[in-house]
Amino acid sequence: MALSEDNNGRRPSRAPLASHVLPFAKATLLTLGSIAVTMLGLLFITFIIGRVMPIDPVLAIVGERASQSTYDAVYQQLGLDKPLLVQFAYYLWDVLHLDFGTSLLNARPVSEDIARVFPATLELATLGIFFGVILGVPLGVLAAVRKGSWIDQIARVVALVGYSMPIFWLGLMGLLVFYGILGWVGGPGRVGIFYVDVVPSVTGLILVDAALDGNWDVFKDAFSHIILPASLLGYYSLAYVSRMTRSFMLEQLSAEYVTTARVKGMSEWDVIWKHAFKNIRVQLITVIALSYANLLEGSVLTEIIFSWPGIGSYITTALLSADMNAVLGGTVVVGLIFILLNIFSDLLYKVFDPRAK
Amino acid sequence: MAETQTLREWLLTETPTSRRHAKMSALYQGWLSFRSNTMAMIGLGILVALVVVAAGAPLIAPHDPFVQELSNRLAPLGAEGHILGTDSLGRDILSRLIYGARITLYIVALVALIAPIAGLLVGTVSGYVGGWTDTVLMRITDIFLAFPRLVLALAFVAALGAGIENAVLAISLTAWPPYARIARAETLTIRSSDYISAIKLQGAGALRIITKHIWPLCISSLIVRVTLDMAGIILAAAGLGFLGLGAQPPSPEWGAMISEGRRFILDHWWVATMPGLAIFTVSLAFNLLGDGLRDVLDPKAGE
Amino acid sequence: MNVINRLLTSAAVGIAVSVSSFAAHAETPANMLVIAHRIDDVTTVDPAESFEFAGSDISRNVYNRLVNLDPLDLGAGYKPDLAESWEVSEDGMTITFTMREGVKFHSGNPVRAEDAAFSLQRAVILNKTPAFILTQFGFTPENAADTIRADGNKLMITTDKRYATSFVLNCLTATIGGIVDKEVVMANEVDGDMGNTWLKTNSAGSGPYKLDGWKPNESVTMSANADYYGGAPAMQRVIVRHVLESASQRLLLERGDIDIARNLNPEDIAGATGADGVKVVDELKGRLMYLALNQKHPELSKPEVRQAFKYLIDYEGMRDSFLKGQYTIHQNFLPATYLGASDENPFSYNIEKAKELLAAAGVENLEVEIGVREAQERIEIGQSFQNAAAQAGIKVNITVGTAKQILARYRARELDVYLGAWGPDYPDPQTNAGTFAYNPDNSDAANATGLLAWRTGWDAGGLTEKVAAAVTENDRDKRVQMYLDIQQEFREISPFVVMFQQIEQSALRDNVTNWSTGQAVTSAAYWQVTK
Repeated sequence: MALSEDNNGRRPSRAPLASHVLPFAKATLLTLGSIAVTMLGLLFITFIIGRVMPIDPVLAIVGERASQSTYDAVYQQLGLDKPLLVQFAYYLWDVLHLDFGTSLLNARPVSEDIARVFPATLELATLGIFFGVILGVPLGVLAAVRKGSWIDQIARVVALVGYSMPIFWLGLMGLLVFYGILGWVGGPGRVGIFYVDVVPSVTGLILVDAALDGNWDVFKDAFSHIILPASLLGYYSLAYVSRMTRSFMLEQLSAEYVTTARVKGMSEWDVIWKHAFKNIRVQLITVIALSYANLLEGSVLTEIIFSWPGIGSYITTALLSADMNAVLGGTVVVGLIFILLNIFSDLLYKVFDPRAK
Repeated sequence: MAETQTLREWLLTETPTSRRHAKMSALYQGWLSFRSNTMAMIGLGILVALVVVAAGAPLIAPHDPFVQELSNRLAPLGAEGHILGTDSLGRDILSRLIYGARITLYIVALVALIAPIAGLLVGTVSGYVGGWTDTVLMRITDIFLAFPRLVLALAFVAALGAGIENAVLAISLTAWPPYARIARAETLTIRSSDYISAIKLQGAGALRIITKHIWPLCISSLIVRVTLDMAGIILAAAGLGFLGLGAQPPSPEWGAMISEGRRFILDHWWVATMPGLAIFTVSLAFNLLGDGLRDVLDPKAGE
Repeated sequence: MNVINRLLTSAAVGIAVSVSSFAAHAETPANMLVIAHRIDDVTTVDPAESFEFAGSDISRNVYNRLVNLDPLDLGAGYKPDLAESWEVSEDGMTITFTMREGVKFHSGNPVRAEDAAFSLQRAVILNKTPAFILTQFGFTPENAADTIRADGNKLMITTDKRYATSFVLNCLTATIGGIVDKEVVMANEVDGDMGNTWLKTNSAGSGPYKLDGWKPNESVTMSANADYYGGAPAMQRVIVRHVLESASQRLLLERGDIDIARNLNPEDIAGATGADGVKVVDELKGRLMYLALNQKHPELSKPEVRQAFKYLIDYEGMRDSFLKGQYTIHQNFLPATYLGASDENPFSYNIEKAKELLAAAGVENLEVEIGVREAQERIEIGQSFQNAAAQAGIKVNITVGTAKQILARYRARELDVYLGAWGPDYPDPQTNAGTFAYNPDNSDAANATGLLAWRTGWDAGGLTEKVAAAVTENDRDKRVQMYLDIQQEFREISPFVVMFQQIEQSALRDNVTNWSTGQAVTSAAYWQVTK
């Protein structure tokens, strides 16, 4: 599942953090504690991975032709001559001070790099999930309402095709058709090349920056570039979101209160939206949150094909060139987002779903 | 009761005569409801065909999948002797796809064995034993869940070296945590049931309860989940192949074939598209099958 | 029905939003040059440290050197740049440069001999990867102040022995010879790093372009230096964008969103050639593709086996298929166009001959591992070789890995066979002779990882002395003959199977003229380009 960018890998966790209801303060502490422990584990494993990789970080920096003295100098500079645990302790100390170190490869602070690549992913993922939800939810509801009808069948096929399509193939074909042949959308990259750095970077989200700057040419151009990859990611979320929506809705629609409401003569629209749909909101938000978390991890293959400088390809490149500071930094950010979204959905369950109590 | 009872009647009886009879009957009824699901049957059909093709690859394939012919490279669809054309080194694409089916099945079988079993072990132990064990195991599960799956898989493959076995291990490593969660949740509900308490009173040990009584009950939901995940697993393996970290050349792994063919996508689109279609078809088959199985085995989770 | 209608409407609106067209057909502005290139190898833009292809492109346009190559006349060799003229002392060990007057850095500071001395000393003292290009003349961090010194308008450098003057000057045209602005660099010094940290991401040069920004794996932007001493460049702004996929580069070019696509594969070149408004320019580059046979391997070290492998390469088949247009057959370690390069290519694809040689060596059931970097053309060369070897009874297992993974094993002398590429570091034959055919100490303890001969475990079979002699020969014709002799012997006895030399095919919009990627001797230049 690692690279397929499907959303199958994670279903909403219904296991609450603590099995019985605790006083609020204690629960909060417990939650914070579990975040800390998870993050620590995450860092430690990443750190170990970095050290057991057969890629020599020194070689990655000095290149093929370095002399031994150049090599040795960098080896010491990186502190690789110290014991593993000492290295980890140093690293942890820095992280606690919000210092992720400098990228071994491009000599910039990792935090600066992440501040540059993460907004690219955030922008893409946000728009992607937006498309996925805006199309996926109605499709799922419709499929549930008309269970077994042709609409249901189409929804099923649309979703299953989404689950089954290799994204790199779809991406390349999409680029070929919509950009290469039809010219409807912008090509690879976040904006057309002569719009690069035209608007000041405030948020790092080009659409937002352009809007803030009032530069609608840039906005239009950026939108034409993001639309295709975002639709692609949107399609994958759509597949998942629509299937889950359908599932949840079917459960509600077969419930007694729905029959009662219908018998009472309530309009179908009200039955569906005011009752059934209202009851699945929390579950749905969880699904969407997880889907969003998956997109925020960065979809490496999409990023490669669309020359999108996002966090997925950043971490991959870093990993393959043994730039461990960058990998660790990226992992922390992605891991934290995932944990927070997970906790957020757990909380939603606790607050809104009586069954979880 | 009629003297001559057909097998069908025996299976559909409402008054089973033995435990085995009841089990068989339930299975048969499941099969009947599964069979009425056209989509799921299509999925099953495709997968059966895949197994047949993989098993009979040497008989079916028109060419040796490794024989190169540089003078006849990138032959188009329908070229003489090469129905699906040839790749960059002039190898027959159809034959490579046929042999590639073996690799796909191999990946699928291995991951389907490793990941759910690992998840089942962790989940049931965690759920049944509870306490500190539960906390520690679930924390580990959380760590793996929170990991960018890509980093985990890539790092693993990079550390152990590229290759199909390592790719399978890497994928399994990223795939087990959700199974552990499911198994734990199931265990928690089963654990407190009267039925387990009764067995406990009879003096059964934890090991026996977990393996003999909890595992069988978790299996059905896991099977559904695994089948639905299979598509993702195939795509993940293809993705690793795409990044050059899966099967090693000249192995005709489908993902690696797409990766090789993507260079020609603009002028020789079929080179990447044919393996793409193969991956798509098999993934779709698993999804259709999984959807159908869910209806049968785990109705509450689905429709 | 009401429900469905409303739902369908909302879905339709969504779809309409997602597919409606926003892109306009574009043409790049007349004074802007837009290039799609793979720039993921850039790790630093400090000329004392930068050593990768895309990084060298940046340096070439941002920094001047003492002597430099003219992109429109590369065959002429080095010409005066910041040094107007030079003289060689009688013992041949000291070169005195006279600096050009009136040249200014981007900061407005004048370019002085002191800056030049500082730049070269700095490169020696920092001792980064490319430092060997200078330190091979005997400069060390300790003696740098004495061997490289400024005196008024003169810069004097003194080598440890007499070298061919052309060799010394050729080395100064390399990236590491870039002259930096001493005042600006030292103002940004941190912890005695001689401004290294700052220069990794900033520039302080006097060249035709200023570096505006480098975003790793994303883009490099430069703007023209209006006060450039050679005249302001025509292209006001140059943007190099990182585009990994060949197909993406081609689409961008055909749509007119970029002016130049630098990494098109043969199929996309073939496709783009027919496209409207696109032309393709070929330049012979210095990069060689070769196989290295590990001499620590008991079978591969047999002379007949080494020879046999040279017949197991389908040179023509590969050149005419997946390498079409981008590689030419070349079996010598000096790239064509280099001083003394041999153009003899005696080996051809001959399975029978290889079998005979293997039989003569008594080799049976040989199984070897070949390490291949994760790049499609190399994987294909590897597979073609695997196929040929199988016909001669050799089982070849391909291991594909990232550049760094495979390289580390090669440097540790662990791989049986390495499929490698090698590009010259400076436009002098010594650059390749000194690594392929030079290995004074073949012991493991020597750890001479910079030398290809050492990595391959080959003692260079007596060529070491000949290479050392050639580099000090000041008579051009004699020097040429020496290299021809070395290559002749190398072809026959070495464990290197040199196969191909690269041709870089740039696809350009047809209004772009004077484009140069620097051929075999240097990097890409932008300042002479017009549209």
